[in-house]
Amino acid sequence: MSSIGTGYDLSVTTFSPDGRVFQIEYAAKAVDNSGTVVAIKCKDGVVMGVEKLIASKMMLPGSNRRIHSVHRHSGMGVAGLAADGRQIVARAKSEATNYEKFVFSLVGFLCLYFTSSVKLGVYGEPIPVKELAERVASYVHLCTLYWWLRPFGCGVILGGYDRDGPQLYMVEPSGISYRYFGAAIGKGRQAAKTEIEKLKLSEMTCRQGVIEVAKIIYGVHDEAKDKAFELEMSWVCDESNRQHQKPLNVPTIRVPGSDDVLEEAKTAAKAALEEMDAD
Amino acid sequence: MDVSSGDLNAPHSMGTTIIGVTYDGGVVLGADSRTSTGMYVANRASDKITQLTDNVYICRSGSAADSQIVSDYVRYYLHQHTIQLGQPSTVKVAANLVRLISYNNKNMLQTGLIVGGWDKYEGGKIYGIPLGGTILELPFTIGGSGSSYLYGFFDQAWKEGMTQEEAEQLVVKAVSLAIARDGASGGVVRTVTINKDGASRKFYPGDTLPLWHEELAPQDSLLDILSSASPEPMIC
Repeated sequence: MSSIGTGYDLSVTTFSPDGRVFQIEYAAKAVDNSGTVVAIKCKDGVVMGVEKLIASKMMLPGSNRRIHSVHRHSGMGVAGLAADGRQIVARAKSEATNYEKFVFSLVGFLCLYFTSSVKLGVYGEPIPVKELAERVASYVHLCTLYWWLRPFGCGVILGGYDRDGPQLYMVEPSGISYRYFGAAIGKGRQAAKTEIEKLKLSEMTCRQGVIEVAKIIYGVHDEAKDKAFELEMSWVCDESNRQHQKPLNVPTIRVPGSDDVLEEAKTAAKAALEEMDAD
Repeated sequence: MDVSSGDLNAPHSMGTTIIGVTYDGGVVLGADSRTSTGMYVANRASDKITQLTDNVYICRSGSAADSQIVSDYVRYYLHQHTIQLGQPSTVKVAANLVRLISYNNKNMLQTGLIVGGWDKYEGGKIYGIPLGGTILELPFTIGGSGSSYLYGFFDQAWKEGMTQEEAEQLVVKAVSLAIARDGASGGVVRTVTINKDGASRKFYPGDTLPLWHEELAPQDSLLDILSSASPEPMIC
């Protein structure tokens, strides 16, 4: 897949003779080199998991979040350049809030009137996940249109639960956004996708989904190349009251009926790994 | 009849009676049809129930100009919103847009509005947005100058879970009662019924409405009664 686009890859505003924009493809490579992000849509919600590669032993566990809450009902897992990801998340949060709540200002009426690049929302209802995904995608795409901006070096998986049910979207650095049953980005995405395809997602609940996602992440983690990693997970489902919750091992967000869903998932995943090695 | 020229130039105001009522499966909106400038009836057959989208309508009262402009703006925003979302807007969103305009321009506007419609998530909903820009979601609401005469009537006549026929009859009866008592309301009764099958308009001309206490039946002109073959020409 990789080819050197000599001369045509210097600017995002240049097409190659075979119709490719190389800068965007290089941006996608930044995503491919990061820790895996896996997400699946179960019948009652969306579960997301991240293989957070630990760069240094000095890092505090739980820091450098890769999964962010964007709104009450949705969350975003980021892969690629972390700083770029923070920008996208900030933009998504702002879109979601502005859609629902009117931005108070003295020129109230005019705010409705003029449409700048930020739509000042006034709709009084939570942003539909589809609409949020489109706005994020449009923002990411914006940065591929001008020579003075570089494309975002990160891909984003957006999982949310609105009145049309649970939904899962993935936004790539090119600005493409599709809706998925299961999605994976990062180093281990090929292996992860194979594993996801084996699952019967339409019959799975999120509780089971959490275990499966943990297994997949432990499974695709390459022990040889990257030593340590931290598993970060989140879900938004009926059980969580359709709120995006993360991380699952914080005492205040204890899921009723289970001591610690995250720990449970980790142990199950490790056990599954041992089983595989034993064969 | 002493009509000073000032009266004819007075701003058009819809004295009005407007009503919005939910029933089991949708909503019924009703209104009279009188628009007055002072004492003169500028339009005796106006349509005060305006369409915002396929599934949301608005009843207008107060200043005719103000209510029309608010409706036009909201229709414009809702149109864009529908295109963006790819599906019809909800009644709640429509009502929210109306009240934001009403509230933020309260110093300049004088219009009371009732937003009613049907969407697939919440079903039939009625929102009252009186002067000042409050928004209230209610099972039924009334507005306009004629509504003062209907508060007691609705207290007695309103029931939860009516059928479409019951709701329509209730609305027509109420508007005609208000027309009988309120000088600023009159003309015909218009209703719009909105449910999952869409919106349908009905029209009740004045002579189909019942006569209430002390109301006189329309009197035929003597010119029609004395229909002789060749009437004598009048000599002054």
